[in-house]
Amino acid sequence: MKPGAVPDLAVGLGVVALGAMAGWLTWVIPVTPVYAVVGPKLVPALVAGALAALGLLLVVAALRGGWSADIPEVAEAGPPNVVSLAWLGGGMLLNLVLIVPLGFALSAAIQFVCTARAFGSRSPLRDAAIALLVSLGAFFLFVEALGVNIGAGLLEGAILRALGREVT
Amino acid sequence: MDSIAGLALGFGNALTLTNLAWALLGCFLGTAVGVLPGIGPALTIALLLPITFQVSATGAFILFCGVFYGAMYGGSTTSILLNTPGESGSIITALEGAKMARNGRAGPALATAAIGSFVAGTVGTLGIAFIGPVIVEWALVLGPAEYFSLMVLCFVTVSAVLGSSALRGLTSLAFGLMLGLVGIDLQTGQPRLTFGVPELLDGVNVVLVAVALFAVGEALHMAWRHHGGEAQVLPVGSVMLSKQDLKRSFWPWMRGAGLGFPFGVLPAGGTEMPTMLSYYAERKLAKPKYQKEFGTTGAIEGVAGPEAANNAAAAGILVPMLTLGLPTSATAAIMLSAFQSYGINPGPLLFTQQAELVWTLIASLFIANVMLVVLNLPLVGLWVRILKIPVPQLYAGILVFATIGTYGISNSVWDLVILYTLGVVAMFMRRFDFPVAPVVIGMILGPMAEQALRQALTISQGEWSVFVTRPGSAVILAIAVLALAGPRLWAIVAKRRG
Repeated sequence: MKPGAVPDLAVGLGVVALGAMAGWLTWVIPVTPVYAVVGPKLVPALVAGALAALGLLLVVAALRGGWSADIPEVAEAGPPNVVSLAWLGGGMLLNLVLIVPLGFALSAAIQFVCTARAFGSRSPLRDAAIALLVSLGAFFLFVEALGVNIGAGLLEGAILRALGREVT
Repeated sequence: MDSIAGLALGFGNALTLTNLAWALLGCFLGTAVGVLPGIGPALTIALLLPITFQVSATGAFILFCGVFYGAMYGGSTTSILLNTPGESGSIITALEGAKMARNGRAGPALATAAIGSFVAGTVGTLGIAFIGPVIVEWALVLGPAEYFSLMVLCFVTVSAVLGSSALRGLTSLAFGLMLGLVGIDLQTGQPRLTFGVPELLDGVNVVLVAVALFAVGEALHMAWRHHGGEAQVLPVGSVMLSKQDLKRSFWPWMRGAGLGFPFGVLPAGGTEMPTMLSYYAERKLAKPKYQKEFGTTGAIEGVAGPEAANNAAAAGILVPMLTLGLPTSATAAIMLSAFQSYGINPGPLLFTQQAELVWTLIASLFIANVMLVVLNLPLVGLWVRILKIPVPQLYAGILVFATIGTYGISNSVWDLVILYTLGVVAMFMRRFDFPVAPVVIGMILGPMAEQALRQALTISQGEWSVFVTRPGSAVILAIAVLALAGPRLWAIVAKRRG
């Protein structure tokens, strides 16, 4: 087995595992005595079977040398940029933690600064200024134009109050 | 209603101030997202889906179609000036277009792309108006068995025939089908694949999946491969076609449009194949003195043909979507889910039950084309400015919109967790060359296919043979098998021969 094919093998096994999980989830679907020619389990069982079978074929393909190492995009790329990924992932995690206590605008602005940093920006203060403009712009666009109800956070609430509007 | 009467009705509706405004907004947004690398029409329409709660169906679909057409125009600008195609349909345009730009001919390349898109978009829209009703007549006799077979054919073509590997395409499709199954089974009321989590009873939201695949996954993949360095935007110069350029572009436009439209209409979806065919045809057909420009200084024929093919195919994709309810691209799949959120089922009955909506939409497509050619030729400078948005802030902004688009649906942090998790899956899909469009198509078309399957089997009282004994269904299934197995059998035969 070629060394480049190890990640491909992992992908194949992952798809088999996904198929097995779908199979188990199908197994536990409760069946009522309601008359139906095709019950609720048939199609999920077919999909689970297809996933498992395709996963096995991917495993075979990996054992035969894999596929991804030959893709020019992968072959030319250097090692994964762990620092970039860490900034990006860190921004996502911060957003998950902060979006409820701080509200959308501040939380998304923090994520913006982290993401910009991930892609090589070196001026966090300027990014923060742009971030607040973008996130507040997005907030008011979605709330006012698209009518999406996103609860107002600290910053949005303060602005709405300053405008003399009711805060929901 | 025949096509002429339909178009008269449609233009009457489309030329109102509100509908013109929706079309203009859609064209503007569409061109912008087409120009910007990293976002495309599928993501944009997914993020705009909340307007379906506020705006009439007609207004919303005029907006969505403007975005859809606009992105096709905008994509060519990026291909030509940056040599980084924004979407799969403009990969071929980058071949010759970027070479022309490097040799100081960016202006003519942009002009022939925009005018070619206009010509092909108009031909394609005429095709929708006149072929659509014919397909509807024919589709009215289809029963659930034929529908199921058509969907199977659609699954096979979008996942196994297009793209680099049938195996990986089908895996993506199966993953999408699995996502589509999550939630309450509509026929028996049983919860399926929910892990017992009550939040999953309503199913996985399509916006969430589209945003995860097209925005979060893309950003993660770019970060993974990020190594600094900014792409260079090439200077435009004057956007004019000389008489000679016009002469050299005309027939490639026509051939491209003629080639692209049928590919879009057949559920062989996708824009890669017709653009590639058009490119090879133009390289063969070009006059000998121009042939040496191909691959060296950039030949205008190699931009005009594929760009026209790209737009005609995009128009063609709307035909199966409107007449049969079959989406053959990710964008069409998301538009289909917008129809569903209005309680409208695209399909043969759409042309009769929602005649006003359909014809207004078609008329708006003509109007959008005119708007787009104006937006793209005199205003090309504006789009070049948009291209200069630096990558860090661009991706940061995309993620902010991805977050608000998902968080806004439910105000639930769990949705964000699912969004980012699926984003990580999408990053690995990109790395290992799994196509993402079949996931979206499987997710939206899967439940419809299951319903057709159940109806067909209920009518036949459980006889599975119904799919091969009804001639229409048998023929369609045979085509699907052929599309799946044909290329492989052919390879074996060719190998044996020598």
